[in-house]
Amino acid sequence: MLAYAIRRLGQSLLVLLAMSFLVFIGVYAIGNPVELLINPQADAVERARATAALGLDKPILEQYATFLARAAHGDLGRSFVYNVPAIQLILDKLPATLELAVVAMAAAIAIGIPLGLIAGLRPHSFIGRAIMAGSILGFSLPTFWVGLVLIMVFSVHLGWLPSNGRGETVLLLGVPVSFLTADGLAHLAMPALNLALYKLSLLIRLTRAGTREAVLQDYVKFARAKGLGPGRVVGVHVLKNILIPIVTVIGLELGSVIAFAIITETIFAWPGSGKLLIDSINQLDRPVIVAYLVVIVTIFIVINFAVDLMYSLLDPRVRLGGAEAGD
Amino acid sequence: MSALLEVDGLRMHFFTKAGIVKAVDDVSFRVERGRILGLVGESGSGKSMTGYSIMGLVDPPGRIVQGRIALDGRDLAGLDEAQWRALRGNRIAMIFQDPMMTLNPVLRIDTQMVEAVRAHHAVSRESALQRSREALVRVGISSPDERLRGYPHQFSGGMRQRVAIAIAWLNGPDLIIADEPTTALDVTIQGQILFEMQKLCRDSKTGLIWITHDLSVIAGLADEVCVMYAGRIVESGSVDDVLDRPMHPYTRGLLDSVPGRNLRGEPLAQIPGSTPSLLRLDAGCAFRTRCRRAVDECRSAPPARSPAVGRTLRCVNPLP
Amino acid sequence: MNTIHEAAPAPVDAQSAEPPVESPWRRLWGEFAESRLALLGLGLLVVIVLVALAAPLVSPQNPYDLAQLDVMDSKLPPGEVSPEGKRYWLGTDDQGRDMLSGIFYGLRISLGVGVASTVLALATGLVLGLAAAYFGGWVDAVIMRIADIQLSFPAILIALVLLAVLGQGVDKVVIALVTVQWAYYARTVRSSALVERQKEYIEAAQVLALPRRRIVFRHLLPNCLPPLIVVATIQVAHAINLEAALSFLGLGLPITEPSLGLLISNGFQYLLSGKYWISFYPGVALLTTIVAINLVADQLRDILNPRLKR
Repeated sequence: MLAYAIRRLGQSLLVLLAMSFLVFIGVYAIGNPVELLINPQADAVERARATAALGLDKPILEQYATFLARAAHGDLGRSFVYNVPAIQLILDKLPATLELAVVAMAAAIAIGIPLGLIAGLRPHSFIGRAIMAGSILGFSLPTFWVGLVLIMVFSVHLGWLPSNGRGETVLLLGVPVSFLTADGLAHLAMPALNLALYKLSLLIRLTRAGTREAVLQDYVKFARAKGLGPGRVVGVHVLKNILIPIVTVIGLELGSVIAFAIITETIFAWPGSGKLLIDSINQLDRPVIVAYLVVIVTIFIVINFAVDLMYSLLDPRVRLGGAEAGD
Repeated sequence: MSALLEVDGLRMHFFTKAGIVKAVDDVSFRVERGRILGLVGESGSGKSMTGYSIMGLVDPPGRIVQGRIALDGRDLAGLDEAQWRALRGNRIAMIFQDPMMTLNPVLRIDTQMVEAVRAHHAVSRESALQRSREALVRVGISSPDERLRGYPHQFSGGMRQRVAIAIAWLNGPDLIIADEPTTALDVTIQGQILFEMQKLCRDSKTGLIWITHDLSVIAGLADEVCVMYAGRIVESGSVDDVLDRPMHPYTRGLLDSVPGRNLRGEPLAQIPGSTPSLLRLDAGCAFRTRCRRAVDECRSAPPARSPAVGRTLRCVNPLP
Repeated sequence: MNTIHEAAPAPVDAQSAEPPVESPWRRLWGEFAESRLALLGLGLLVVIVLVALAAPLVSPQNPYDLAQLDVMDSKLPPGEVSPEGKRYWLGTDDQGRDMLSGIFYGLRISLGVGVASTVLALATGLVLGLAAAYFGGWVDAVIMRIADIQLSFPAILIALVLLAVLGQGVDKVVIALVTVQWAYYARTVRSSALVERQKEYIEAAQVLALPRRRIVFRHLLPNCLPPLIVVATIQVAHAINLEAALSFLGLGLPITEPSLGLLISNGFQYLLSGKYWISFYPGVALLTTIVAINLVADQLRDILNPRLKR
């Protein structure tokens, strides 16, 4: 078990290294950011000085080496635009993004799994088919368009919810969160729902498929033969079996939700790291882009790793090994 | 006094898109307290489906269309689901073929046993655990506490089946239906389990229906036997009568197919052809296409007759 | 005494009469048509494709021909008639462009980019997947490792970064989409090929000493197709969706090739002032296209799934 964990860790670090290299090289090719930051009338000397100051005149591999060295110390460069450490910018905005992602995921789970269970237990009933049709709609709808429609309906037409920004925050363990205030919730409602829609549909389909398969298994028949009521058969026997693959999917999808938040943040002007990324791309703020990607890749790797571990913990067949000898 | 279980004219059909499958077609038999009935047939003969019908576990597109199933004189036909649930695992219990699949792999053994008790009796968890322990000991498991804390995959096949049997016994049922429970096990384990089951049933006066395709098991275990083919009972009677003096050509064929009965050097006997698809049965005797003794009259379904006391037979040209 | 038949199991009377042999395409269509929803999806799709192909012919106006525009007609709501008597069924945008025409042209581009990138990704993934399956060893390991790593990151992120690096343009968008998608095909083909490879007909072909290329293309490939078709259909929808999202973010197609995503993005700023139609209707068009594709894909997946034996 430990050997497995260490091996996965090693692999993850390798991936991180490779990604950082690719990211660095790639972003380098965007364009020359110097042009943006200095006076267009500056002469060659000025330009040269600015270039040297930003370290842009050295060969690229040397730049990468410097980057790695500094990164090991937690320094991922300074933003060209804001002139603060890039990592600082990202970490400032990250809580907002994480809050959005987690709330969206929670909503998707809370709504998706029960609906999927119903659709799986009664696949040919009206409600079962309605749920499935709804789920097809849910993941066909382009997320950004749904966001627009939500704004249209709830902000412009009905005026119930604010259409942009984040609400009031309070500090929870030193991190500002907004879901604990009414204003915060009002601001959180639409973006979270928007973000949750796609995952919701996915979860419904997954849960339905798992339930349909589980219900055909012999252990369900046996449970019924024992005289157990449907509540227990579904709630304990079926659920515990289908949850294992679903939980792993949820874990993996969490990373994806963080990525999709980029779009949602743009629509709802949610002050998270996604919006920061888009702005940085448009402004050619290279250190911020690199810092963002490094942070995201790290988060992904951590999530994947955690999911791997969690799977082996959840399934008793994996956790406890095989059959004893003899009888 | 009525028998423990009376099945009369049971018909169970599957209504599929491809047609109607008559899985159980006019099946009748009785089981007395403390007696063991063997239900023998190849796969597709309807024997398992008969067992499910008695438990009320037939799911759509299957349905019982006709017939009477009476437990201790009480007709089970009109029961609603709640009443069925009160019976299952309580008065009638079932043991299935593959314990790896029938025990839930992600739940502990004690969970699965305790819930079977508490579904029918409002007792404390501790008391249910105690009952589970006793049941495990009764089926020959020596260190019950260790087993209770484990998961199904940690045990061998024989052990798992003993657990399944213990679960069946938990609430002291009147009738146990065992659907090929030893087919997947080693022969030695099979022998032990057969012996234990027989003893338990006789001691507690529990009726047992043992479903199998293996005649040799029936020979050693059962008191009465019903031979099924394509959903119908073709022959039934006491085990000694039917196995020593079979009347139906199919029963004869089954007996001859058992390799042990052959003399060295002689070709193995077999029943030519294969079981017909239940979708394409016509009105006549389902066995006639494979039967050496088939005559013109076999084209219409032979009625069930009683050629001797305690025996039934569906054949117009039986063995002499 | 009645006759006694011999033991030979002659199929007596009512037993089976074999149904006539059907061509596999016929059968495919028959099974496909069992779902009315799928037929609806297919019908919608056909209409959409026809409209997109014939956009210049069916549009009331060419919205990108400046001569046809009248900026005085800008931001008219749907159904309005301009002073000159032109009826704008879905309204106009800020430049006076007819939304309906804009949508038709936009469909063209959205579909075009989606299909083109899917086809290219399919080809790439097919070659790489087959290579991985057939050659095994380190070729397999390298290709699959790259595919796995790529698949563990969300598509939108990879596409974003690629476009940030490559810049704008149709070709660059297609490159980004292909990069994001090839791995699905490669993985699907590889697992199919690995399964098929073990089967006897391949062994038979090898025993007959057929050239490798022939074995791979004429024998292995056709049997790997069913799951590929399903994946490809679903992926077209994903590609269209992704391109729309990227264009919406301003990183996708340039303004000269406005896909539906760009149209939606364009209208975003007018949303708050109540001029919803500039964003709304292109979205409906996008949505309909994707739903139609998904309906078809769902049914295809059900009928081509070997585990749901019918």
